[in-house]
Amino acid sequence: MSGANNYIPMWLLAELTYACPLQCPYCSNPLQLPANRKQELSTEQWLRVMREARKLGAVQLGFSGGEPLVRKDLVQLIEAADDMGFYCNLITSAVGLTAEKITSFKEAGIKHIQISFQGSTKETNALFGGTDSFEHKLAMTKEVIAQGIPLGLNFVLHRQNIHQVSDFLEIAQELGAEFVELANTQYYAWALHNRDQLLPSSEQLEEAEAATNRFRAQHKGRMNVIFVAPDYYEKRPKKCSNGWGTTFITVTPEGDVLPCQSAKIIKGLQFPNVREESLMDIWRESDLFNRFRGTQWMQEPCASCPEKEIDLGGCRCQAFMLTGDVNATDPICEFSPDHHLITDAIAAAERDELAEQKAAPLLFRNTINAKKMAEKEN
Amino acid sequence: MFDYRTDKFTLNPNYRLQYEEAQQCYVLLYPEGLVKLSDTAVEILRRCAQPISGDELIAQLQHDYPGAESLADDVKEFLVDAQSQDWIVAAGE
Repeated sequence: MSGANNYIPMWLLAELTYACPLQCPYCSNPLQLPANRKQELSTEQWLRVMREARKLGAVQLGFSGGEPLVRKDLVQLIEAADDMGFYCNLITSAVGLTAEKITSFKEAGIKHIQISFQGSTKETNALFGGTDSFEHKLAMTKEVIAQGIPLGLNFVLHRQNIHQVSDFLEIAQELGAEFVELANTQYYAWALHNRDQLLPSSEQLEEAEAATNRFRAQHKGRMNVIFVAPDYYEKRPKKCSNGWGTTFITVTPEGDVLPCQSAKIIKGLQFPNVREESLMDIWRESDLFNRFRGTQWMQEPCASCPEKEIDLGGCRCQAFMLTGDVNATDPICEFSPDHHLITDAIAAAERDELAEQKAAPLLFRNTINAKKMAEKEN
Repeated sequence: MFDYRTDKFTLNPNYRLQYEEAQQCYVLLYPEGLVKLSDTAVEILRRCAQPISGDELIAQLQHDYPGAESLADDVKEFLVDAQSQDWIVAAGE
């Protein structure tokens, strides 16, 4: 398609490994997790990927996973990326982090660290993350701040912890964080599987937003707080990753190249791999990246919609997951013929909370459950 | 909070200022984001690699660009903005 050369993948998300000490039931990694790490890209292969991404103009680099701290070559990768001119962000649970490691990352050139919390107390953090890590996260947050590295805290919200927003904001402020993201779970992969147990009710969501606004009003400007609502409560869909194949490029632990973190759930698409092709060819020439660039691919009601350039039909993953048709309008959109799938889920979320939690346990993200899911699929 | 006119400041050491071939312009990179810079912004920020005060900066620029009329006001306006966004921080921080 013409025009592909005009797009610059400003953001490279390097998912270094799927290995993770946590077991979050809303993880965005695929349900089909590999049984081991044998297929992970080598250090040399990652260095090549980063060099090629820089050539395409990528400037922001996120080291993610899984838990990126699991990779023994993380310092080496940060150092090389910094030398190449990347602005390096580390996205971590802090499990496995130490003061010494923070120092070595800083010396290697890390510019920003994001630490995720799964609950605002020792108990809930352990329950939803599957590790007893709360005190350690607090200690590491302080350490990152003490070492002068810009820090963001990410608190993942869902119906079973969304009432903790105020507590978490107080903790973040006490720690001296400058930036906090209150990120509601979005319903892909493991989160979609657990959606009935995770999607908050409208009342819960309104209360959490109100609590956030009360906090902002009380502590003017000292801490930057962003509240991200679940897409399900929006009237219009979001562009896929700022537009499919326009801004973001994700490389999975095994070298598959995706326009977003979730795209592998779409069946019937071919996913190019950095072991076989250069990143440049993949970004510019591959069917995958060209397939949903622009608006030519759209069907109704998107094709004739006056807002089609604004949201570009929304998220392709969401369309596929919920309707089975990758070309469909994202059901988040109120004009989608499948929008009832969203309103039904929201209606179900208004049920009695405790009864629901008891009725169906959360499926935690781990290799045993991944294996069970794979067997179910086959 | 430093006084940008008289106190020394530098470019935030946690940010990166660099020329991007692919975008054909200078950018400033910060946590999870970037901004494309105007020629004027680049001219100012490149002089902030070493500690400098606003008054010194304006004097330098007036020397290098004699006759640029609203220069002092433009620089002041830029520095107020740059300070509020943490692009520049007190020297030694």
